[in-house]
Amino acid sequence: MRDTIFGSLDPELMNRVESRRGAVSRTGKMAGALALASMPVAFGLMAKKAFAQGGLPQGIIDVLNFALTLEELENEFYVTGLASGGLIPGADQPIFQQIRKHETAHVALLRSVLGASAVDKPTFDFTAGGTLDPFNDYPTFQLLSQAFEDTGVRAYKGQAAALMADNAILTTALRIHSVEARHASEVRRLRGQKGWITGNMTDNAAIAAVYAGEEATNGLPTSNAVTEAFDEPLTKDQVLAIASPFIVV
Amino acid sequence: MRTRLPQGESELHFLDRLARSTNRRAFLQWSGMAIGVVALGCSDDHNGPGNGDGEVNLGTGDTGVLNYAYALEQLEAAFYTQVVASFYAGASVDEQSILTDIRDHEVIHRDFFRTALGSAAIADLTVDFTTINFADRASVLGAAKTFEDLGVSAYNGAGQLLTDAANLLVAGKIVSVEARHAAAIRDLLVPRSSAAGSFAGDDTVDPTTGLEIPERAPPAVLTAADTYVVTTINSSGLPTS
Repeated sequence: MRDTIFGSLDPELMNRVESRRGAVSRTGKMAGALALASMPVAFGLMAKKAFAQGGLPQGIIDVLNFALTLEELENEFYVTGLASGGLIPGADQPIFQQIRKHETAHVALLRSVLGASAVDKPTFDFTAGGTLDPFNDYPTFQLLSQAFEDTGVRAYKGQAAALMADNAILTTALRIHSVEARHASEVRRLRGQKGWITGNMTDNAAIAAVYAGEEATNGLPTSNAVTEAFDEPLTKDQVLAIASPFIVV
Repeated sequence: MRTRLPQGESELHFLDRLARSTNRRAFLQWSGMAIGVVALGCSDDHNGPGNGDGEVNLGTGDTGVLNYAYALEQLEAAFYTQVVASFYAGASVDEQSILTDIRDHEVIHRDFFRTALGSAAIADLTVDFTTINFADRASVLGAAKTFEDLGVSAYNGAGQLLTDAANLLVAGKIVSVEARHAAAIRDLLVPRSSAAGSFAGDDTVDPTTGLEIPERAPPAVLTAADTYVVTTINSSGLPTS
């Protein structure tokens, strides 16, 4: 499976993933006893140290784990939604099946790159503590889908600079980033919105935080079109604040 | 064949002016003096205002990469300007709205780069859309799809060529909007579908990795765009990694 996943990645990245697997297995031997003693944190730290010596810098690992958490959130959201009978109308099923397919692939890809440095999948609560009912109410499902996709676009954009030291990983992240934007455009239009973001506007105040700062004009005279023409980044903290109502642990 | 020099104009100045004129390419073919003109310092290093019917040199480093993006945005802006000037027959209200929005975005991107690059900006490109039938929906939307998908893969490939984080962020702000365009155009062609040609079909997103089709390096992008650009775009100074 892994070989299939990496079949279309560039050789440079593949080689380094391969070498990192070696580092993981070596670290695994050292950590074996500790893992049996239920010390995943210690194991994680050792694995990260091994990577830092021969693989990815810690800063890049942190970004990829941040991305992985968002992808896990999206993936579980769509998997659960598609498994909820009667939720998604037949005509819209292909859209969400396609999106789900990509999110599942993103999770697998990031996990393969991170190896033992990957964080665990959090436990999610898409009702946000019982206030939302996305898997019984299609408009809510669509609303959250839009929010997650637009957040994903802004999140990857905000982290791109932190990946500049590694061309292969930067480019891989950019190739995820544009896919999230395709998803966002489609879901927005499915909801009767424009595919692009006008100002910091949203039709539903519940997801207003997703659009904070989107009204930036980048030095140009302000207009709706100017704000639409540029998608703005979010910081890691802003993204986590948006996602945290849906993350239990 | 002899050409009379305008009164009072030295031959070198005349060559220089001609080299910048709309007929520069024809002039070079006629004169057989491509190397000579370059050696006289007449063209390739002189970007700035003027008609770029001949050749533009994108330059080097981040400036070169931004000029590359500027060239692509010029192409897109020119295309959608022509689309919106006279919609194809039967264009729905939704289609006209989408195409007008995209026209606005591409013009803004173009003007943004022109302003950002200032005197380093390449000249205006001369475009050639004779292969597109602007009266035909399939031809227009097909070309739009080509331009948007190409733009996304171009920006995805350009990211790693940039050295300044601020420039990378600008590219990132624009590429996702291009991807939004691409999905919308594709959805007009193949609505609410996961099939090839749809918003994020397997033809543009690898179904196994979930990644956008491989990024394209500038030479590949410029080759793909060549059909629509008369001006010769010299990308030899661009970084390659």
